[in-house]
Amino acid sequence: MSLRIVVCVKYVPDATGDRQFADDLTTDRDAVDGLLSELDEYAVEQALQIAENADDAEVTVVTVGPEDANDALRKALSMGADKAVHVEDDDLHGTDAVGTSLVLAKAVEHVGYDLVVCGMASTDGVMGVLPAMLAERLGVPQVTLLSELSVADGTVSGRRDGDTASEQLQAALPAVISVTDQSGEARYPSFKGIMAAKKKPVESLDLDDLGIDAEEVGLEGAWTAVEDATKRPPRTAGEIVTDEGEGGKQLAAFLAGQKFI
Amino acid sequence: MAEVLVYVDHVDGTVRKPTLELLTLARRLGDPVAVHLGPGAETAAPVLAEYGAVKILAADAPEFADYLVVPKVDGLQAAAGAVSPAAVLVPSSAEGKEIAARLAVRLGSGIITDAVDLTAGEEGPVATQSVFAASYTTRSRVSRGVPVITVKPNATAPEAAPVDVAVEQLEVSFGEQATGTRIVSRTPRESTGRPDLTEAAIVVSGGRGVNGAENFPLIEALADSLGAAVGASRAAVDAGWYPHSSQVGQTGKTVSPQLYIAAGISGAIQHRAGMQTSKTIVAINKDAEAPIFELVDYGVVGDLFEVVPALTEEVKARKG
Repeated sequence: MSLRIVVCVKYVPDATGDRQFADDLTTDRDAVDGLLSELDEYAVEQALQIAENADDAEVTVVTVGPEDANDALRKALSMGADKAVHVEDDDLHGTDAVGTSLVLAKAVEHVGYDLVVCGMASTDGVMGVLPAMLAERLGVPQVTLLSELSVADGTVSGRRDGDTASEQLQAALPAVISVTDQSGEARYPSFKGIMAAKKKPVESLDLDDLGIDAEEVGLEGAWTAVEDATKRPPRTAGEIVTDEGEGGKQLAAFLAGQKFI
Repeated sequence: MAEVLVYVDHVDGTVRKPTLELLTLARRLGDPVAVHLGPGAETAAPVLAEYGAVKILAADAPEFADYLVVPKVDGLQAAAGAVSPAAVLVPSSAEGKEIAARLAVRLGSGIITDAVDLTAGEEGPVATQSVFAASYTTRSRVSRGVPVITVKPNATAPEAAPVDVAVEQLEVSFGEQATGTRIVSRTPRESTGRPDLTEAAIVVSGGRGVNGAENFPLIEALADSLGAAVGASRAAVDAGWYPHSSQVGQTGKTVSPQLYIAAGISGAIQHRAGMQTSKTIVAINKDAEAPIFELVDYGVVGDLFEVVPALTEEVKARKG
């Protein structure tokens, strides 16, 4: 039987741009161009590698986001994913992580899965909580923050590098995994891949299709509220000296003056 | 006074510093109740009491060490059921955030991660976060359920407030998911003898300019002279010069030390995201146009192979 792999990806504002908040204190998606979150490229890459090593596999990429989020799906399809699902609904604007995990869980169940692959975090919210929430909601093992992994005989194994130890993990499928930026460079889409992606199916779903009540999601349904957002004042330029043989000593004098020595 | 649950991050009863910071913050919101899962509660108890834990809920079972994350969620959920807390605070480690995430879904609660400060508000705790690569500061609160909040290391300085503590046994029944992901083996990280990167008061980091693994001892020598942790930029890590566990930046660790010294680091957004909230920033770089100089309190334009050893010598001389 075919191994059904679902990759969850997020369309985010480019981290190298000047990201801002909109008036309602949600992420301003117009201020900066969006793209597939860099950390999700690693998830797509690992999903493709697992599929390539399996006898028969299908990779579906899923996103929850506005119309433009289609770009993120196209990128994943051009890398080699087989098909895509786009959950899009005006009522989703302002949904928090808990709400997003609900929508993704329903979408993943709608697709059908043996393995769900996520990135370690998004590059905008950077919470890193979604894979764990998804596993909780789906009621399947979470095998997360893997820097090395393999899937064989209905089992996923991998290495998780923690703060105090490196752990070798193992769980039976179906499971939710997340992969780190150490799991392996993501491939670039080939010209052929980009052309092929245009013909690959993208299924569009709204909240009704997934049986989700609009009140459970969106800004109003969020279980957290941002009260204010303040732009951090630019750091005032400090003293800069050019080393002419005394740079080390001058720096030591500065550090001593600040009581660090 | 309302009780506030604090999840204890420990290694066999040796309490890690961020937990003491959490206890300090928890006292602003109510009476801290520490939740100690796994072995060593007796070892941890005096330390937790010194920082104000009025009660310790302790449970030990092999599941905590043998399976990933979920048994600890079961434990924390049992504690939440036992005390009806005003908030649940968890250290913002990778594991801490996952425990908090699942607990929030179970409790039907909102979650805030990576708080850098926490104050009591009229409608519950208000968490300060540093977002978009530290270009914005936000203040948020949980609007539904028991607030579940993860707090970054160095959010506050641990302050002792000794109390008498009672250790109570916590009954934990493990759910079906608890044994889903087995930890087959565990290799402890080799100790470098230096402070932990995210907890250190001073961090010295090297980047592309260090130009090879063989030159990192220069950075380490400066760090050792200052009692600092060693960090590295993504460029240095990707080049294989220093381990990923030391990477500072968007995809590595976020640090917020009293003093951050960047040597041979240009200061790309990826790196700035991980160190921009440091109190004092110092850089050494041969390129006067490097963006890192926009952030510094003191910068030296020069060759790090000259400046770093000279600085190390001078620090040693001044410290006698």
